[in-house]
Amino acid sequence: MADFLQLALSGVATGGIYALAAIGFVLLWQTSQTINFAQGEFVMLPAFFVLAAMKFGGLSFPMALLVGLLVALLVLGLLFKRLVVDPMLRHGVLPLVISTLALAIFLKESVKEFYAAEAQAFPAVWATTDLSIGGTVVSAQSLVIIAVAVSAVALLQYFLGATRTGRQMQATAQNPALARILGIPVERMILYTFLINAALVALASFLISPIYLAKFTNGETLGLVAFVAAIVGGFNQVRGAILGGLLVGVIDNFVAAYWSSQYRAAIPLFLLIAVILWRPQGLLGRAEERTV
Amino acid sequence: MKARHVASLLTGVLVLGAAQAQQTVNMPIVIELSGAGAVSGTNFRDGALMAIDEVNAKGGILGRRISSPVTDTQSNPGISRAQVQKAIDSDPYVILGPVFSGSVKVNMVLAQQAEIPQFTGAEAADITQMGNDYIFRTSFGQQVSMPKMANFIRDDIKAKSVAFLWVNNDFGKGGRDAFFKEMAARNIKIVADVSTESGQVDFAADIVKVKAANADAVFIYTNEEECARVLREARKQGVKVPLIGETTLIGQKVIDLAGEAANGAKGHVALTADAPIPAVLAFRDNFQKRFKYLPDHNGIKGYTAIYAVKHVTEKMGKFDRKLLAKTLHGLTIKPEQEPGVLMEATWDAKGDIDRISFLVEVVDGKQKVVQILPKLGK
Repeated sequence: MADFLQLALSGVATGGIYALAAIGFVLLWQTSQTINFAQGEFVMLPAFFVLAAMKFGGLSFPMALLVGLLVALLVLGLLFKRLVVDPMLRHGVLPLVISTLALAIFLKESVKEFYAAEAQAFPAVWATTDLSIGGTVVSAQSLVIIAVAVSAVALLQYFLGATRTGRQMQATAQNPALARILGIPVERMILYTFLINAALVALASFLISPIYLAKFTNGETLGLVAFVAAIVGGFNQVRGAILGGLLVGVIDNFVAAYWSSQYRAAIPLFLLIAVILWRPQGLLGRAEERTV
Repeated sequence: MKARHVASLLTGVLVLGAAQAQQTVNMPIVIELSGAGAVSGTNFRDGALMAIDEVNAKGGILGRRISSPVTDTQSNPGISRAQVQKAIDSDPYVILGPVFSGSVKVNMVLAQQAEIPQFTGAEAADITQMGNDYIFRTSFGQQVSMPKMANFIRDDIKAKSVAFLWVNNDFGKGGRDAFFKEMAARNIKIVADVSTESGQVDFAADIVKVKAANADAVFIYTNEEECARVLREARKQGVKVPLIGETTLIGQKVIDLAGEAANGAKGHVALTADAPIPAVLAFRDNFQKRFKYLPDHNGIKGYTAIYAVKHVTEKMGKFDRKLLAKTLHGLTIKPEQEPGVLMEATWDAKGDIDRISFLVEVVDGKQKVVQILPKLGK
């Protein structure tokens, strides 16, 4: 029972981090038809912004976290949109997809070249202690990750649903042409989406790097998992991305513990194939029609 | 007129190049600088480069400066083979590296066929069992380290059962085979046999399996980065039994990466930069001054390899690859003869190395040597 609880908690914690990355994926698609195959590298990079701020800027960890977040918003939000998405999207979705693939390689190799090829220790924001719940030892770290991820998602849902700007962003996602006619500043709403994605991947980075260590290759696994989670949950629904992330995290853990460590990476892919075959819109997604 | 000038220039360049080559000795380093082995390979490279600079500053080997191009295997056996072939094409005196056993097994055949001595940091037991007269270790093979480790588990930890967590590559598989044999010989039960993948980042499920086994101790045998992640996860899940390892778990880089989670880890190491030996401590301080980080055992491997080559070459009085291999087999090099080897080392007929070794515990983020074990040959 204790093992089951620990596995479930670890799975939900990891799944929460996957969900943050998957939500960003979905938001970018919904508002600007952007499929960002550099999303994994976007999760990898903010940790290195923080480490660089500490190493070269001499900043304390809390200040470095703030600087890392601001740099992530600038580079992964504003600059990504202005320098990559805007010029490429004019030519269609496929050129943009290829550009993000190239961007992923560029970011990965840049970190390897200009920072380090080896893994780097990344401080944890919380104390690495244990708690006893009903006689079972559980990791405080997992609980903190779950709490932070849930809070971030709840805040995002509140922002999107209960604020004027959030509703304008939803309107832009649903029908940009009509939103423009109604006087919604569509370009600004799209920019906000990119900034929100940058904030989400930064948060995911700060949560996962203390466990995975900060390494230039982290994006490879995380990007694939985020993509799978978004598809499985539903590429056109934020709550689908949340469900997808949690599902992938929990299944991955239980498969590794009770079936096979060697095949744990294959199970999310089987899940992806199954969803595409039997419910292509995702578990919580809406079926969409396309004009021909 | 113009053609004559060009011809003269070309001839001059060729003659200069040949003269330059005559003044240098080519010792390429083929090593892991990225991928799962980046920690090991970078340490090995930096140790070797430091030794090379020291040797060159004193006039090189028999008057020839060491030239040492470095290539990255990316921790990939296929790429390592191509890099070793490239190194062989440059007519090297010896080849240094790689560290990963899986890579060495694939590329050492090339060096063997070319009759070029290869100094490796690899530890898989079977590397020196394949009849290769040109492979030389820079640290113990698993067939030497595992018996020492097993004695430590039986006599110091006093464990009757062990959970074994290992990495599924040549290094891990070789260690598993050697370890299981030694545990059986000492009637210690292995109650969990948990295999993990090279480059794995999430160890939550594996630590749950280890905890569920209720062993007296947990033996962790993975590569450096994975060791750090395992230690962090073990701390996260409140594993209370002794965490023990052989070389990698208690290496300095692992301690740096795992932070507080490394404290209390114990094990056997063939090499440690914290050994209570003045030459080793001086090496550690010089390394840290130069590279701004503390070396692990791989740094010592790279460093001592260069000085071993230097000593044998000077003993021979000439550069002869085949003779170097023949001379090194059965040779003991003492620090009094060659200070750069740091500790007395003996190579046997198969290329295995014998030295003193150490039992260590991690205390406050540093390796603390608790016992020095003698050479097997003494």
